[in-house]
Amino acid sequence: MTATADAVSEVRALIGVAQYEETGEFPVERGYIWTTCASVENGNPLFWDDTVAGAITGGLIAPPTMLSVWFRPHHWAPGRDAPHLPLQIHFDLKERLGLPEAVMSNNTIVFYDPVRPGDVLSTRQILRSVSDEKTTKLGTGRFWVIDVEYANQSGALVGVESYTGFGYRRAPSPDAGVSS
Amino acid sequence: MSPEATVPVLLLGEVALGDRLPELEYDVTATTVVLGALASRDWRPMHHDKDFAVERNGTRDIFLNTPNQAAWFERFLTDWTGPHGRLGKMTFRMLGSVFPGDTMILSGVVDEVTVDDSGCGWVGVDVSLSVDGDVKTTCDARVAVPVDADDNPWSRTGARWQP
Repeated sequence: MTATADAVSEVRALIGVAQYEETGEFPVERGYIWTTCASVENGNPLFWDDTVAGAITGGLIAPPTMLSVWFRPHHWAPGRDAPHLPLQIHFDLKERLGLPEAVMSNNTIVFYDPVRPGDVLSTRQILRSVSDEKTTKLGTGRFWVIDVEYANQSGALVGVESYTGFGYRRAPSPDAGVSS
Repeated sequence: MSPEATVPVLLLGEVALGDRLPELEYDVTATTVVLGALASRDWRPMHHDKDFAVERNGTRDIFLNTPNQAAWFERFLTDWTGPHGRLGKMTFRMLGSVFPGDTMILSGVVDEVTVDDSGCGWVGVDVSLSVDGDVKTTCDARVAVPVDADDNPWSRTGARWQP
């Protein structure tokens, strides 16, 4: 099935519109910061030494690359409806454009104000672009760019992730894609 | 002496185009992969269940997830800059997977040394994560470092922070 012109127009109408606004399930906390630092043996004193963190960053902070960590839902929670998938817009586009396969070709993270223990972050997803139909070695489909913005409880921007996805139908002899 | 004076500081004037960062070599185990996935709250089975990874993803084993690779790149960069180094931007390209049993090597080359119009010093680094000479992930990173001993990129906000 090829997407109808109407379907393409409908998804393009969402470009620039904030969707799926959510608040984190729990405040940023030091236990997860240490678990992450331990997983990569990161001894940066900003995360381990309160005195150094106070002097350099005005208090404890979380590793900047942990931005998305604070929004992955618990594996289970009592009485919870199915949570939104991270990057729900990506899955919406696959469905609405009739493209069963998809890969992420690259992603960019831009860091703004530091994230600190105790912060309650919020996020929203914004579709930035949907390309015309393209054919790659994987198949025929469309590229799209989705921004995920993160802000703290004061409304200050703490980071923006941009994801480039390619949704496609397989070519007759597809090469293997890269899993993330 | 102030407490921050005891930590290493990389100043912009000590960095030149083409400089190579000290390599980071690490033997990846199943524990590395599982710990990294759980630390990033990624419960998907291909990062902890080998049968699932082989049968459903078609890979030879469980593999490092993307958010934990970002944490590895961050550690690699700030090991070099010291804690005054402040990440501005990272762009990742995923080219292949990293499995238990792999020895991954992170390496980086400086490809930008600039001062922006707010006076912030920036270093661009082209970072690669390789296994047996095959590049698995690349990361174009932009990191702010102090322009002199009195500067601190972490003190920058608003228009003075242009990542």
